Amino acid sequence: MPFNLLVLSCLLYVVFLFTVAFLVERRAARGRLGWLRSPLVYTLSLSIYCTAWTFYGAVGYAARSGLEFLTIYFGPTLVFIGWWWLLRKLVRIGRQHNVTSIADLISSRYGKSNSLGVIVTVIMVVAATPYIALQLQSVVLAFGVFAATEPGGSRPLDPGQIAVWVAVGLALFTILFGTRNLDAREQHHGIVTAIAVEAVVKLLALLAVGSFVVRGIAGGVADVIARIDAADLAAWQVQPGRWTGLIFLSAAAVICLPRMFQVMVVENEDEGHLARASWAFPLYLMAMSLFIVPIAVVGLDRLPEGANPDMFVLTLPLAEGQGALAMFAFLGGFSSATSMVIVESIALATMISNHVMIPLWLRLRPKAAAGDDLRQVVLMARRLAIAAVLALGYGYYQVSGGSAALAAIGLIAFLGVAQVLPAMIGGIFWRGATRTGASLGLVTGLVVWAYTSFLPSFGPGAALSAEVFAQGPFGLSWLRPQALFGTEAMDPMIHALFWSLTLNIMAFCLGSLFTFPGPVERLQGAAFVNVFEGAVGPQRWARGQVEPEALLTMAQRILGEDAALALFQEAARAQGKDSFLPDPTPGFLDSLESRLSGSVGAATAHAMISQLVGRATVTVEDLMAVASESAQLLEYSARLEAREAELTRTAGALREANEKLTQLSLQKDAFLSQISHELRTPMTSIRAFSEILTEGDLPPEQVVRYGKIIHDEAKRLTRLLDDLLDLSVLENGSVQLTVGLASLQGMIDTALTAARATRPEREFTVIRDLPSEAIYLKTDADRLTQVFINLISNARKYCDAARPELRIVVRQRAGRVTVDFIDNGKGIPKDAQRLIFEKFARLTDANRAGGAGLGLAICREIMTNLGGSVAYLPGQGGAAFRVTVPLRLETLAA
Amino acid sequence: MTRRPKPPLFLARAPYRRRRLRDAARLLPVLGLFLLLLPLLWTPDARMALTSGDVIYFFAVWLGLILLAAAFAPGLRGGEGAEDDED
Repeated sequence: MPFNLLVLSCLLYVVFLFTVAFLVERRAARGRLGWLRSPLVYTLSLSIYCTAWTFYGAVGYAARSGLEFLTIYFGPTLVFIGWWWLLRKLVRIGRQHNVTSIADLISSRYGKSNSLGVIVTVIMVVAATPYIALQLQSVVLAFGVFAATEPGGSRPLDPGQIAVWVAVGLALFTILFGTRNLDAREQHHGIVTAIAVEAVVKLLALLAVGSFVVRGIAGGVADVIARIDAADLAAWQVQPGRWTGLIFLSAAAVICLPRMFQVMVVENEDEGHLARASWAFPLYLMAMSLFIVPIAVVGLDRLPEGANPDMFVLTLPLAEGQGALAMFAFLGGFSSATSMVIVESIALATMISNHVMIPLWLRLRPKAAAGDDLRQVVLMARRLAIAAVLALGYGYYQVSGGSAALAAIGLIAFLGVAQVLPAMIGGIFWRGATRTGASLGLVTGLVVWAYTSFLPSFGPGAALSAEVFAQGPFGLSWLRPQALFGTEAMDPMIHALFWSLTLNIMAFCLGSLFTFPGPVERLQGAAFVNVFEGAVGPQRWARGQVEPEALLTMAQRILGEDAALALFQEAARAQGKDSFLPDPTPGFLDSLESRLSGSVGAATAHAMISQLVGRATVTVEDLMAVASESAQLLEYSARLEAREAELTRTAGALREANEKLTQLSLQKDAFLSQISHELRTPMTSIRAFSEILTEGDLPPEQVVRYGKIIHDEAKRLTRLLDDLLDLSVLENGSVQLTVGLASLQGMIDTALTAARATRPEREFTVIRDLPSEAIYLKTDADRLTQVFINLISNARKYCDAARPELRIVVRQRAGRVTVDFIDNGKGIPKDAQRLIFEKFARLTDANRAGGAGLGLAICREIMTNLGGSVAYLPGQGGAAFRVTVPLRLETLAA
Repeated sequence: MTRRPKPPLFLARAPYRRRRLRDAARLLPVLGLFLLLLPLLWTPDARMALTSGDVIYFFAVWLGLILLAAAFAPGLRGGEGAEDDED
C-alpha cells in the first residue's frame, strides 16, 4: 500500500467533500434545497455522534472491557426513542427562540445573561479540546499504521507534522463553509450535507470491514459466535456501576455535546424530522456497532500480542493483505474525525464569538463601532475562534503526547459537557430555576469535574502532584481527587460522574431555591417551560424613545443592508405605514431582537437593543400587571357568570311575583265584589228593617226581633271594619303589645273554648298532648290566642272530613316553640298554598262561613309582630298550620 | 390575552388513542432502560461474565426498541399540529 497513494486519496476525498458542500451551498443560495432538507439528511448528520473514537476506539474498548462499549450507544438510543420527553421540547425551543448554541440556550433561558453564556462556553471549550485532540491523534495513528507497512519503512513520518496539516486543512474547510455568511438561523446546509455524506462513508467502511472479518477471516456468523464464547472471558466483565453510569453519561452527552446540539437543534429544518430520526438514528448506531465485537474478537485472535486494539479496523485488513479495504476503512475513520472536528469547531466558534468576543468588542468600542459593518466583525470573530479551537486541540495533542487510550479521553469529555445537563433540564422543565442557581451548579460541576476527572487524566505528577493523589491537597485525605469524602471503592470514572453531577445538581437546586429571579429571567423561564402553550408574557420592551433610524442602522450592521431594509419595510407595512421606518412598538422590538439573536445570540442582541432603547425593559411590575390582568379577566368572567346566575334567579323570582300579583289582582277583584257584598248584605237588611221600624205600629215582639237583627247586622259590620282596621294597624307595625308570661296550655284552652262558637253544630275531636303544652311563654298572650282561635276556627269551618279531628302538636326547640294545628280534611290545594296568607285572599270554597278572608293575613301580621311566624305545613294528611313563636319575646323592637 | 377554554375531560376515540400513543412513546425509554439493565441481575456476583448469548440479547433488545419507536413515530408526528390537546 503506497503511502503516497494514501495521501492522494485522502486529498481527493477532501476535494470531493469541498465540492459537495460547495454545490449544496449554491443550491441553498438559490433556495432549491429539495431532498437535501429531508429527514434522511437530518438523521445522517446526527451521526457526528460517532467520531473517530467510535470508529477506531469502540473496537479497542471492546477488546479491553468487553460489551461496555455498547453503553455509549445505549444512552443516545434511549434519549432518541424517548424524544417525546425532551428532544421535542428542546427542538421547539431552539426554533422558537432562534437559539444558536447550547450556551445561547442556557444564557437565553436565564434572562439572557451573558455571564452564563461565558461559563457554558468555557466548559464546552475545556471539554472539547481533548476530544478534538483525540480526533487528530486518530488520524495520525492511522497514517502511522500505513507508514509502518511501507515496504521501505525508511520514510520518516513526523506525527506532529501530519497533525498540523490535518488541523490546518480542517480549519480551512470549516472557515470556508462555516463562516460564509451570517445566517439568521445559523444554519449551514453545505456542511450538514457534507457530514451526511461522511456519515454514509464511515458506516459503509465499518460494515465492509465487519463483513470481511465475519465472512473472509472467520467462517461466518456461527464461527464468530463460537469465537466470542472461546475468547478470554475474564476480560469480558461488566461492572454494574459502570454499566449504569455510562448509559446515563452517554445519554446526557448526546443532549449536551455542542456538536450534537448544533445538528440536532440549530440545524433542524422541520420538527417532523425528529420523529423520523427518533428511530433511524438508533438504527444507525446499531449498524455502527454491529461488527465491533467480531472485529475485536478476531483481532485479538489473529494479530500479534501487543498490537494496538484501537487500530484493529485498519490493521486487520492490512494483515490479511486487503489494501483497498484498509484504505476504505482509513477514509471511514478520516470521515469520522473530520466531520466531528468541523461541526464541533463551528459550534464552539459560535459560542466563543457570540458570548466572549463580540460582547468584549462591543464593550471596548461602544461608540466608535456604530458605523462598522458588524457582520464582518462577527464573521472574523468566528474565523479566529475556529482557528483558536483547532489550535487548542493541536496544542493539547502535542502536550499530552497522544498516548492515552481513546476511550478514556472520550468519557472525560462526555462528563465535562454533562455538567450543563442540570441547568438545561432544570431550565426547560422548572420555572423556579434561576440564574444564580445555574451559575453555581455549572461552576461547581466544572470545578469538581476538573479536579476529579480532567486534571487526574494527565496522570500523577503532571497536573496534580502524586502527593495530592495519595494524601489529598494539604494533607486532607477526604479531598483526594479520586476518593472524595472517602469513597475509595468507586471506579474513578463513576466517582467523578457521581460527585460532579451530585454537587452540581445540589448547588443548582439550592441556588435556585434561595434566590429570586429578575423579570426578564422569569419571562424567559415561562416562555421556555411553557413553549408548547404559545406565546407568554408581556412584550419585553416598553415603547422606547428610540429613533427607528438608529435601530435600522444597528440592524444593518448585523443582518446586512438588504435583509435589514426588507425586515423594516415588512414591519412598517404591517403597521400600515408606507415607508422603511416602522414605529418602534414593543412588538416590533421583540421581533427584531429575536431576529438578531439568531445571528449574534440572545444576550448580545438584547444588550444591543437595550443600548438604544434604554435599560428599562420589563419590570417586575409589568409581570405582576400581566398576572393581575389575566387574573382580572378570570375574575371578571367569574363575576359575569355569577351575575348571570343572579339574573336568572331574579327573573325567576319576578316571574313568580308576577304570577302572584296576577292571581292577587284576580283575588282582589273577587274580594272587592265580596266585600261589597259583605257590606251590602247587612246594610240592606239594616236599611230594610229600620224602614219597617220607622213606619211604626208594629207589635212590640216584632220590634224587638227587628231591632235584634239590626243590632246583629251592625255587629257584623263592626267586626268586619275592626278586622280591616286591625290589619292595617298590624301592618304599620304600630301595634301595642302587652308582653307578659302566659301558659301555652291556657292559651290553647281559651282558644278552643272561643272557637267552639264557630259551627257549634259540628262534633270536633281535639287531640292534644297536655304535658308538652306545659310551657310558659313571654309574649302577648291575647294576640297569640287570637291566632290560635283563628286557626282552630278555620279548621272547624273548612275541615270536610266526616269525623273531623284536630291535632295540636307542641314542640320546643332552640328557644322557639312550634305549635302545629293539623286537621284531617283534604287540605289546601298546592297552588292555593302560597296565597292563603295574602290579604283579601280566600279560597272559593263551598262551605265558607261568612269570614271576610282577612283571618290568616291578620295571623301572619300578628306572628311577625310577635317575632315568630305562621306557615302552611304541606304533606300532613290535611290542612296543617305551624305557628312558630319565640320562647321569650324581646321587646326591644316593639 | 385570550382565556384558554377548559380542556374537555373526556375525549373521542381518535384523540384518546393519540394520547395513549404519546404515553407509550414516553414509556418506551423506561422499558428500554429496564431491559438493558436486566442482564446485571443475571449473575449472582457483582461482576458478570458475558457470552455470545448476551451479545445477541442486547442486539435483539436494541432492534426491538428501534422497531417500536419506528411504529410510534408516524402517529406522533401526525398529532404534532394539535398542540392544544397537549396531555
